[in-house]
Amino acid sequence: MSLPKVRVPYLLLLPGFAFLFTFFILPIINLAQTSTQTRVAGGDTGQYEQTLAFSNYIQAFVENKEQFGRSFLYATLATIFALAIAYPLAYGIAFKAGKYKNILLVLVVAPFFTSFLLRTVAWKQILGEEGFVVPGLRSLNIIGEQTTLTSTSIAVVAGMTYNFLPFMTLPLYASLERIDPRTIEAAGDLYANGITAFRRVTVPLSMPGVVAGTLLTFIPAAGDYVNAAILGSPNTKMIGNVIESRYFKIVDYPTAAALSFTLMVAILILVTLYIRKAGTEELV
Amino acid sequence: MSQKVKDASIPTIPFKARFSRWFGRNLLRIYMIFGFTYLFIPVAYTFAFSFNDSGKSNLIWKGFTLDNWRNPCGAPEVCNALGNSIKIGLLATIFSTILGTMIAFAIGRYKFKGRSTSNLLIFLPMATPEIVLGASLLSLFLVFKINPGFWPTVIAHVMFCISFVVVTVKARIASLDPRLEQAAMDLYANELETFRKVTLPLVAPGIAGAALLAFSLSFDDFIITNFNSGTLITFPKFVYVSAARGIPAQANVIGSAMFFLALAIVIAGQLVKRKKTR
Repeated sequence: MSLPKVRVPYLLLLPGFAFLFTFFILPIINLAQTSTQTRVAGGDTGQYEQTLAFSNYIQAFVENKEQFGRSFLYATLATIFALAIAYPLAYGIAFKAGKYKNILLVLVVAPFFTSFLLRTVAWKQILGEEGFVVPGLRSLNIIGEQTTLTSTSIAVVAGMTYNFLPFMTLPLYASLERIDPRTIEAAGDLYANGITAFRRVTVPLSMPGVVAGTLLTFIPAAGDYVNAAILGSPNTKMIGNVIESRYFKIVDYPTAAALSFTLMVAILILVTLYIRKAGTEELV
Repeated sequence: MSQKVKDASIPTIPFKARFSRWFGRNLLRIYMIFGFTYLFIPVAYTFAFSFNDSGKSNLIWKGFTLDNWRNPCGAPEVCNALGNSIKIGLLATIFSTILGTMIAFAIGRYKFKGRSTSNLLIFLPMATPEIVLGASLLSLFLVFKINPGFWPTVIAHVMFCISFVVVTVKARIASLDPRLEQAAMDLYANELETFRKVTLPLVAPGIAGAALLAFSLSFDDFIITNFNSGTLITFPKFVYVSAARGIPAQANVIGSAMFFLALAIVIAGQLVKRKKTR
């Protein structure tokens, strides 16, 4: 290693960053360029030219504001439900599991070793007419004869909640596990009861995990279209479904690019605001 | 009369109180049991229906059979898709682990100009929805007249796996005790020897974990793959395409087998770790 020391980190970074530049940064720049193109007059399907038509953005947004709203609503709901399910699980594993800690941690991640798509299809069949949930609820008169669970927004949100659960559980566990139990004991010594100690000590100390978990759930959920495609109906279409069909069915690249770019920027702004508000810098 | 009623009601009050106290104490445990049940329902369903004597469409239970497990390639398109997914997964894992580990060492070990920009460049792909990554890469390939297919998919997978590798390996590097390397230097090991004999073995579990993560991310990816694979069918893509008319039971066999295989790898890893710390 006779290289001058200063150069070493740059040499290590070079191949990886060259790759990321070519296949991540360039595509995003290219996406931005595509988004302002318009159709060549009299050209074939899929032929576009650059005309700096920023009106594409306005048109794309106005036409699809319902799907945009739905994406952010569903993603927010799925994030809240995932947090509600994952926090007690992560808490129980971190503090109450004793020697079963590692086994339970493996079990929490294990369902996600079966393919994401297979699990979603399984939910579709479980919640569908042939599954056991709908006939069960009907015989108990909880839902009426006409009510179905699939093809509803409930099914889509439930599917997203389930599918992104490990992204919530793991960061929560990591930050809860790092808490020194003596800090909680100290709260007890200072006459805080269990609930106060939890609220004033455990929750604030687990905030980095909450922030990381909610981000890792919200971001993929907002761009997802698989759950909506398998568990939903045309009335539950999210922005991902629109982008997909613009690309593959309608071959309308500029609109698809404008929608993708808007989605990305909207998420980046939300994420930045959220991280500022939550006040955690150490995410990566 | 009233005496009798009182007598009868005496044991019920403590019971209620006892129950609510028991319930309060075990609330977390009950919640966790429900949580784990919820987690495992679709897995159990997938596993159960891998034994379904279903023929083409695996929607309704028709009877128990071991045929699907005996002959997982009975639906040939399933095995073809699986083969593609494994090939892509292995290639993506090798490239992303090498590139990502190098970046992790640079960021984790050195102070240099542009370090925070580097962190940002690693964070950005993770903060970008998959559909944007997939769609933008496809439009780049289209500009350069590269047809979507096997290699574009491998490139796409390497791209989104790198960040996860960097984060995983970096965490391991950060948890190293710097005194171990100082000790090696004190014992007259030069920089390269220290790296090879001390640092690398210590970071190795992190690299192995990162490689496993990269493989499972690549194997399970659908959205980015769907944009960049053209007519190539991967396992998730196969499930998506055939979801409407019911997927063959062989897909359930493969999903269940993956589940048990991954479980075995993780448990083996835990056992190795436990042996080492003892």
